[in-house]
Amino acid sequence: MISVIDLKICNIASVLRALDTLGLENKVVDDPKDIGQPDKLILPGVGNFFEASNRMRSLGWDLLLREKVLEEKVPILGICLGMQLFASYGEEGGQSKGLDFINAKVSYLRSSHENLRVPHVGWNDVSRCDMPIFDSLEGDNCFYFVHSYEMIIQESVQAAYSNYGVDIVAAVQKDNIVGVQFHPEKSQKAGLTLLQNFARRM
Amino acid sequence: MLRYRVIPLVLLDGYSVVKTIQFDVRRNLGNPITVARVYNMRNVDELILLDIDATKEGRGIDLHTVQTVAAECFMPLTVGGGLQTCDDIAKTLAAGADKVSLNSVIFDNIDLLKEAVAVFGSQCIIVSIDVKKDSNGKYILYSHSDKKVNLSLDECLDLIASSNVGEILVNNVDNDGVMEGYDLDLINYVSKCIKSIPIIVAGGASSPTDCSSAIKSGASAVSAASLFHFTSFTPRSCKENMAAANIPVRL
Repeated sequence: MISVIDLKICNIASVLRALDTLGLENKVVDDPKDIGQPDKLILPGVGNFFEASNRMRSLGWDLLLREKVLEEKVPILGICLGMQLFASYGEEGGQSKGLDFINAKVSYLRSSHENLRVPHVGWNDVSRCDMPIFDSLEGDNCFYFVHSYEMIIQESVQAAYSNYGVDIVAAVQKDNIVGVQFHPEKSQKAGLTLLQNFARRM
Repeated sequence: MLRYRVIPLVLLDGYSVVKTIQFDVRRNLGNPITVARVYNMRNVDELILLDIDATKEGRGIDLHTVQTVAAECFMPLTVGGGLQTCDDIAKTLAAGADKVSLNSVIFDNIDLLKEAVAVFGSQCIIVSIDVKKDSNGKYILYSHSDKKVNLSLDECLDLIASSNVGEILVNNVDNDGVMEGYDLDLINYVSKCIKSIPIIVAGGASSPTDCSSAIKSGASAVSAASLFHFTSFTPRSCKENMAAANIPVRL
C-alpha cells in the first residue's frame, strides 16, 4: 500500500491516476493520525515552499514524517515541491524550514543564473541516472519539469542532474529517501516506469 | 538539455472540438475526449484545451469535459476559457488541469495575474494574448468581447513581464487557421520584449518547417491545431523536422 500525502495545496489526482493505471494499491492521507503502517509514502506537490512547510508543521506532518522516514525507514518519494521539502530550508515566499532529510537549500533559479527563462518548463534529459528508480528506462530518460526553484545539495548524496544552461538537481536519493524535481505522473511512459520502480524496487 | 515542445491545441465551442479561420469561420471536429486520447497515444509533449466561446457567452469551460480529457492525459494539460477569478482557477485545477490560461480577463482585471501567481504559483498560470494587425499594419490586441481593449501590445507585454506568470501564449489572429506559417516578426518581437518567461506561439502553422522557423525566431514552444487536424503531419513529424534543424526535441 502506497500512502499519498495530501497537504491540500495542490491537485494530486494525476499522481493517483498514474498509480491506478499501474495497478499499485494506494490511498490518500490528509490527516497525520490516519497514516497507519504504509509500505511506501509519496509526497507530491506543486505550489509555494513557505505555504507548504507551514502547513506541514501546523498539521504535524513534520514530526510524523521524521518518525516514519528516519526511524522506521519507510521509503518515501517526493515529487517536485515534495522533493524540495526534504531540504533543510527553502527561500520561496521568505525563508522557511523544510524537513531537513537532506542537507540542502531551495533557491530561485534566476538568483544565480539571471538570463534563464523561468520557470524551467518542458521535457529535459536526466543524466547520471544510477538509482533504482531509473531502472529499465531503456534510454528514455526525458521527463517533464516545471519549477522556478532548485534544490542545492550541501552534502554528499546520490543525485541525478538536468541541464538548463546550468546543471539542476533532477533527482536525489539518500537511503530510503528519494526525490524527483520533475513530474513522473506527467512524463508519459518514462514517468510510469519510474513510479513502478519506486513501488517495486525500493 | 531542455527539449523544445510541440503542443497540440484543442479548441472547444462548449462541448465539441472546432477549428476557426481568423477566429471566424469554423469547422466542427467532434469529441474532445477522442481527440485527447489520440494525442496521448501519440505521446505528445503537452496539450492545451481552450473553450473559445466561454467568455463571449459569459460562462466557464465545462468542468466535466476538463475532467474526462484530463483522465486521458499522462502529459501536462493547460485549460482556458472564461476563467474570471481565483475560484474559477481552483475549480479547473481540481478538475485535473495542470495549468490554466488567462486571456480576456486580464484586460478588466490585471491584478488577477498577481493574485493567481501568489495562490497557485507561477508555473500554473499562462497568459494568452491574441494579436492582430490594424489597418495601418500595427499590432493590436484582439478582444473576445464587444469591449474595446485600451492596452497597447507593448503595455500588455510589460504588464505580463512584471506579473511573474509561468508562460505566455501568443497567437496571431490574422494567421489563425490560414495555414501560411507563423508570424515570425511577431514571435521575434515578443521574444525580445519578454526575456524572462517561456513563450508558446500559435497561429498559422502549415508544415513542420514552420515549427522550426518559429523556434529559430525565439519561441520556447510551438502549438498548432489545423496542422494536426487537417494535414497528415503529426507532432512527431514536426519534431523530426526540428531535430534535423538541430533543435533539441523529445522524440
